[in-house]
Amino acid sequence: MNTRTLALAATAALALTAAVTGTANAQSRDQIRAVGSSTVFPFTTAVAEAFGKGGQFKTPVVESTGTGGGLKLFCAGVGPAHPDIANASRRIKKSEVDQCAANGVTQITELVIGFDGIAIASAKGAKHADFTREQIWKALAKEVPVGGKMVPNPYKKWSDIDPSLPNKEIEVLGPPPTSGTRDAFAELVMEPGCHKVKDVAAVVTDEKARAKVCMSVREDGAYVEAGENDNLIVQKLTANPDAYGIFGYSYIEQNMDKLQAAKVDGVAPTYEDVSAGKYPVSRSLYVYVKNAHVGTIPGIREFVGEYTSERAMGEDGYLADKGLIALPKAQRDAARAAAMNLTPLSL
Amino acid sequence: MTDLAQQGSRDMTMAHPKSRYQSAEFSARLRARYAAEQRFRAYGIAAVSLAAVMLVILLGSIVSKGYTAFWQNEIRLTVTLDPAELDPQGTRDPKVLAQGNYMKLIRDALAARFPEVTGRNERRQLADILSNGAPFTLQKMVMADPSLVGKTVPVWFQASDDVDQLEKGYIDRSLPEVQRRVNDLQIKALDSLRQDGSLHAGFNTTLFTAGDSREPEQAGIWGAIVGSFLTLVVTMGLSVPIGIAAAVYMEEFAPKNRWTDLIEVNINNLAAVPSIIYGLLGLAVFLNFFGMPRSAPVVGGVVLALMTLPVIIIAARVALKAVPPSIREAALGIGASPLQTVMHHVLPLAMPGILTGTIIGMARALGETAPLLMIGMIAFIVDIPNSFTSSATVLPVQIFMWSDSPERAFTERTSAAIMVLLGFLIVMNGLAVYLRKKFERRW
Repeated sequence: MNTRTLALAATAALALTAAVTGTANAQSRDQIRAVGSSTVFPFTTAVAEAFGKGGQFKTPVVESTGTGGGLKLFCAGVGPAHPDIANASRRIKKSEVDQCAANGVTQITELVIGFDGIAIASAKGAKHADFTREQIWKALAKEVPVGGKMVPNPYKKWSDIDPSLPNKEIEVLGPPPTSGTRDAFAELVMEPGCHKVKDVAAVVTDEKARAKVCMSVREDGAYVEAGENDNLIVQKLTANPDAYGIFGYSYIEQNMDKLQAAKVDGVAPTYEDVSAGKYPVSRSLYVYVKNAHVGTIPGIREFVGEYTSERAMGEDGYLADKGLIALPKAQRDAARAAAMNLTPLSL
Repeated sequence: MTDLAQQGSRDMTMAHPKSRYQSAEFSARLRARYAAEQRFRAYGIAAVSLAAVMLVILLGSIVSKGYTAFWQNEIRLTVTLDPAELDPQGTRDPKVLAQGNYMKLIRDALAARFPEVTGRNERRQLADILSNGAPFTLQKMVMADPSLVGKTVPVWFQASDDVDQLEKGYIDRSLPEVQRRVNDLQIKALDSLRQDGSLHAGFNTTLFTAGDSREPEQAGIWGAIVGSFLTLVVTMGLSVPIGIAAAVYMEEFAPKNRWTDLIEVNINNLAAVPSIIYGLLGLAVFLNFFGMPRSAPVVGGVVLALMTLPVIIIAARVALKAVPPSIREAALGIGASPLQTVMHHVLPLAMPGILTGTIIGMARALGETAPLLMIGMIAFIVDIPNSFTSSATVLPVQIFMWSDSPERAFTERTSAAIMVLLGFLIVMNGLAVYLRKKFERRW
């Protein structure tokens, strides 16, 4: 190690950084980039892989950033530095569309790709129970109406809520507030459940306050935030047969030897009932495409074509194997038409 | 140490045969001191064994979950490579061969092997025992050797992940059919294949040669290993020269004043900054301001270099400080310039310590995920990265993403990838220990 080598190494390192920075600015991209929801991630990646195997284009890069974070990146502008596709486990909001438009992203194509059911399940062998959304709300709400006023949730056991429910402690493992699954759960279970409890409307008259009361989840240990990793919740459930877990349908399907799903409002989360829209706790999944990139980034049209093809999103498609619940035929055709024509979204 | 102390106390008793050293109070105090020492040793042993037990539990659970991922079940089928399906014109043009309907050849081979299975749905279920990458296996084989077209050859195909899990005993055969991901028809077919030796478990080369995949049996860590390597090359290329230069200047040349004190405090502080902060910095500076590409090893490498820089500077300064002043004085005394003193004498003597610090810093960078989250390296990337700017991910990120996948077969692969990462870390730390032992000098 002498002076010259050291100086040389330092210069080389600096030159490398400079060179890379320089080329990166000028570089255009030959690979599709997708960002967004962790719920849609397993499906978009499966399509990306099949698309890449076709051999015509490079395999798209898919990042799991969460729906909100993904749309923020997506809406940041037009050009190779910005992603082409955003995955979302909810519909894009008006504010996000405005944000997009402000940054020059005016033409967005919306594709509904399928449904996701959110299941409430316990370990196989545990005493089976079925719930109504009203019961679930009473079990998990932070405050419930008792004798004309809101009090901190007094229910310790399921049987305190309804004698027909099992006589065991309320313990529900679910996702943390940062998760899209939690948002969907609040919207699809907590809110409707709350509206069915008549006393709430009588006690909390202010609409805004009521919305807050409905969505608040108790923090006294009955609801356990088990992290974003659904596999972990599955493991914890098999270790603790008294607990219930909240997670996506694909985990039920992969672990049907270990878990039993509870019926919600009398409907079980089976493929058929979610697909037909009978199971109440299900949501649509979306993919958004930046039209301005079609033509500049190679393969976008072909990629959405693959995504909406029958062999991907059809009833027997490979996305169904990954746990996506297929749309009814008419909606699939609509999605395909939207993908073909790249119909811009208008809210 | 303690032997000496005991020896000493015994000598003293000998020297003062009838003194206060034999009084009852003395004996009581002595016993109490011995007892205290015994207790302290017991605490120490308890602490060490607790740590060892924890380590054994951790490693045990990883190894017991993951060792099965190192082999993969394969199924042998006799495939007729029908020229009508692959190359009707007989040109053997690679473009034509690539377009062949390999899936149909496999379906035909299955139908020939199991003529008793009829009906569209049953046939489809039967085909599900093979990985859906099977047509690509066949395609690769034919492309590599076009003379195979027209022949009937036995081919080993990967079994699907569910079949693999069944064979490894992770799926209970005695469960009712609806609760199993492998149905009775498929189990019967598998049993028949096993009887004539057409089902075996071989070493899982895919795990070490493939990029990521959503199909567990086709997923591998090679892409992540290459990504980690590219990232670490950038990290090392930046942090080692800059870190050593900074340390040498600070230690050997810089005047001791308020400015250098301030810099020193800052460097020590930076070493303790949570790594996610460096990721945010990378996002703001390298991606948004310099417009560097997302998910690229070069950005990851720069971010990790910033993270390891303080570690290297501190280690290098400690190593330089440990070189005795007499070396410097001797060099200066025979007329060497300060630069010659440092380059010819001090730095070479400090090198083992610097290397150890560097390797430990690199090992930390290898295991880091948080700063990479912000710069888009937590992504699904199938293609093996081939340059510093192509999209890549790294080994710990691959582990994180597999652990979150719903497919059950990813559980064992997650543990297997952890074992590989631990292997790399052990090698790096072992190298650090070896270099220290080999080159270290004591004065």
